[in-house]
Amino acid sequence: MAGEFGNPEVVEESVDILLIGGGMACCGAAYELMRWLEAAKKDGHDLSVKLVDKAAMDRSGAVAQGLSAINTYIGTEQDPADYARMVSNDLMGITRDDLAYDLGRHVDESVHLFEEWGLPIWKTDENGERHDGSKGMTSLADGGKPVRSGKWQIMINGESYKWIVAEAAKKALGMENIEERIFIVKLINDKNDPNRIAGAVGFSVRENKVIVIKAKAILLAAGGCVNIFRPRSVGEGTGRAWYPVWNAGSTYSMAAEAGAELTLMENRFVPTRFKDGYGPVGAWFLLFKAKATNAFGEVYMDRNKEMLNDYPPYGAAAVPASCLRNHLMLKEMKEGRGPIYMDTVTALANLRKTLSPREVKHLEAEAWEDFLDMCVGQCGIWVGENIEPEKKNSELMPTEPYLLGSHSGCCGIWVSGPTDVGAPTEETEAGVPEHLPSGWNWGYRGMTTVNGLFTAGDGVGASGHKFSSGSHTEGRMAAKSMVKYCIDNKDLTPELDTSVEDLVAAVYQPVKTFLEYKDYTTAIDVNPNYITPKMLQFRLQKIMDEYVAGIATYYQTNAEMMKIAGEKIDMLKEDAKKMRAKDLHELLRAWENYHRILTAEAHLKHIEFRQESRYPGFYYRTDKNFVDEENWHCFVNSIYDKETQKFTCFKRAHKDLVDKSKLFK
Amino acid sequence: MPTFVRTEKCDGCKGQDKTACMYICPHDLMKLDKDGSETGHAMKAFNQEPEQCWECYSCVKICPQQAIECRHYADIVPLGGSVQPLRGTDSIMWTIKFRNGVMKRFKFPIRTTPEGSIDPYAGKPEADMSKIEDTGFFVTCNGYRAGNPSELICK
Repeated sequence: MAGEFGNPEVVEESVDILLIGGGMACCGAAYELMRWLEAAKKDGHDLSVKLVDKAAMDRSGAVAQGLSAINTYIGTEQDPADYARMVSNDLMGITRDDLAYDLGRHVDESVHLFEEWGLPIWKTDENGERHDGSKGMTSLADGGKPVRSGKWQIMINGESYKWIVAEAAKKALGMENIEERIFIVKLINDKNDPNRIAGAVGFSVRENKVIVIKAKAILLAAGGCVNIFRPRSVGEGTGRAWYPVWNAGSTYSMAAEAGAELTLMENRFVPTRFKDGYGPVGAWFLLFKAKATNAFGEVYMDRNKEMLNDYPPYGAAAVPASCLRNHLMLKEMKEGRGPIYMDTVTALANLRKTLSPREVKHLEAEAWEDFLDMCVGQCGIWVGENIEPEKKNSELMPTEPYLLGSHSGCCGIWVSGPTDVGAPTEETEAGVPEHLPSGWNWGYRGMTTVNGLFTAGDGVGASGHKFSSGSHTEGRMAAKSMVKYCIDNKDLTPELDTSVEDLVAAVYQPVKTFLEYKDYTTAIDVNPNYITPKMLQFRLQKIMDEYVAGIATYYQTNAEMMKIAGEKIDMLKEDAKKMRAKDLHELLRAWENYHRILTAEAHLKHIEFRQESRYPGFYYRTDKNFVDEENWHCFVNSIYDKETQKFTCFKRAHKDLVDKSKLFK
Repeated sequence: MPTFVRTEKCDGCKGQDKTACMYICPHDLMKLDKDGSETGHAMKAFNQEPEQCWECYSCVKICPQQAIECRHYADIVPLGGSVQPLRGTDSIMWTIKFRNGVMKRFKFPIRTTPEGSIDPYAGKPEADMSKIEDTGFFVTCNGYRAGNPSELICK
C-alpha cells in the first residue's frame, strides 16, 4: 500500500549486516564483504546484507565530485610506522597509533584495486617527466612510479573516482541488496541489552515510507559534519562548503545516541584554502612549489617561524602540524597584514624557466585539472574574477570549522583496534565509565563500544589522514570483522527496544507538526508552533560561530562563552522537537539538522572539558591558551545518555606505539 | 555556483518518474515540476534549494540533454564567466569562459576501462575463513606493507 504524506507506509525488514552510507567506506565494505559471505555460507552461515544510502552511490559521499589526488598511498619506500608518525604529529600528538599503523599497512591494497578498475593514476617516467593516467604505463601494483605531490599523496585523473569505486561496490553487493535515497535517522538498541545494536530506522526521500531494519551488525559510515558553524558565505554561497555540504554529522550523533563512546570531538579542521571557492592548495604548495605570503609578499611561515617554538615538539617537525601553520598565518591576518596570497605567479614563472613549451602547456592543464576534478567552484571564482594563475595571485583564507575523522581531523568514534601492534590492554586513567572497554581492542576491528555497531572513514576517531583510500580500506577491515561478529553471535536475535509505532511517529513528527499547524498563519514559514529546518540551522550556526570559536571571533572561545553556548543549545534541542517538514525534502533537512545539533554539542562539551588549547590555529581557549603536555596529553572521550540527553566527558590515557622522536631528528 | 536548468533544453527526461538529475544529486536538490505549479514550466526540472548547491556538477555531467549549467554564486562571483563540461565515457572536456572573454579548453581522462566493465571478483581468490582474524584482505594486490617489526616499540 502506498503511503501518504501524513500516514507513511511502514516497511519492516531484517538482515544480518546493514551498511549505512554509500561513500568510500561502505563501498570498501561492500567489496570485501561479499567474498567473506560466500566463504561463510560454505561453512553453513548464510548471512544477509543490505546497504542504504541517502543519495545515489555513483555520486555520494565526500568523493562525489571527484578528486585530483589520492592522499594516502604508502608505497614501497615508506613504512606504516612513518605514516603513523606523520598522522600523530599533524594532530598534535594525540592519535591512535594502532589504528593509523593498521591502516598504513593495508591502504595500498585498495589503491591498487582502484587502478585495476579503471582509475587513471599519473605516472613518472624514467626521465622524471609526468604523464596522466591514460597512457597505459606500468600499474602501481606492478611497480609503476606514481607522481608524488607530497610524501603521501599521488596525483590522479579523478573526475570519475567515485563512479568507478561505486561500480565495483554495486556489482559486488548486487543491486537487490542496495536501496538508495533512504536516510537512516536513528539507531535502535537491543531490548535485552542496551549496549548492543538491534537495528535502525529511516525514511525514503522519494516516497512516503518509513523503513525499520533489524540487524545484528551495522556499519555506520555516513561521513563527517559540515555547516554547524556559520560559513563565511551566507547567501547562495552557503553551499560552497569546503567539505561536502551533505555531511550532517549523522555518523557521530546516531552513534552517540546509541551509546557509543566518542573520542576527540574537540578536534576540528579549519583548512586554509583558496578564498571563497575553497579550492585545494596541496598541489600548489607541493607540486608547483608555490609560497603563501602576507599582503607585502612576506612568507609567513618564515617570518613567524619562532612561533613554532611555543609548541614543542609539534612545531619542530619538518612539516609542522596543520593547525600550527594556520596559527602562523592568523597572526598576519589579526595584525592587519592580510590578505594572504598564494603566489601562483612566481611559482609558475619559476617552473617555466626549465620547461619546454609543451611541458608549460601540460603544466597549465594540470593546474586547472586540480580544481576541475574536485572543486569546480574554484574555477567559477577564477573565471568570474578574471584570475589566470600565471598572471594574478589568488587569496587564501581559513574556512569555517569542520568536524571529520578521515581528512586532517580526528574526531569520531572510539573503536576496537588491531591486536598485534602492542596496543594497551588496560586503561590507566581514572573516571572511565565501568561498562566501557579498558584497552584499545575488544575483539572486532572497527567495532564501537556498542556491540554490533561498527564504523569506518569519518566515523573512526583518533586516526586522521585516511582520506578516500583509507576510508575504503577501513570499510574493508570492518566488513571482515562484521562477518566474524555475526558468526560468533549466530544465535542472537535482535529485538528492538522501541516499538515500531513509536519509531515511525518519531521519524515523521516534523510532518505531523506541519500538517497540524500549517493553517494557523497565512505565511507558511512564520508560525509560532514550529521552526523550519533552515532557521534552526541558522540558529545553530550563530551559536557555534559566536561562542564556540568560529570565524566571528578568530576561532577564540573561553569557559564563559561556552557556558552561554550550552544554555542556548539546550533550548535549541528543545525546539528541534518542533521542527516542521512541509515535504520529504524538508524532512531530510530536519533530520540532518537534528544530527548537526548533537554533533555540535559534543564538540562544545569536549572543548569545555579539555583545559588547554590543543590545536592552536584551529581553536583557542583564551582562558587556557597553551598546550599542556603534562596534564592533557590524553584522549578526551565521551558518552551520551539519550534519556537525560547529556554528554559525560572523561580522559583516556595516550600511548605511543611507534617512536615519535624520529620526527625531530 | 548553483546549477540551473535551461527551459528550452530540458525534456523532463521524457516523462519518466524521475529525471537523471534527481537521480544523481547527492543533496536532493533537483526536482521535477510535474504540473508546472512551482516554476511555471511543467515537466521540467529545477534546483529547489540553490543555496545548498555544492557545485559538484553531478547533475550537469549526467544530463542527457546538456540542459544544466551553472551560474556562479551570485553573492560572491561577478557575472559572465562559465565552466561547462561534456563528460564522455573515457574523458571529460571542459570549456572555460572568463568574464573578460578569455577562453580555455581542457580535456582530461576519467577512466581507463569501459564504463560498466568492472568484474569485481574476476581472477580473484575466494576468501579463506581460517584467515578471517588475520590482517590483510581476502585478496592481495601487491599492496600490503608489512612494515619493519622493530618500529613497533610496545610489541
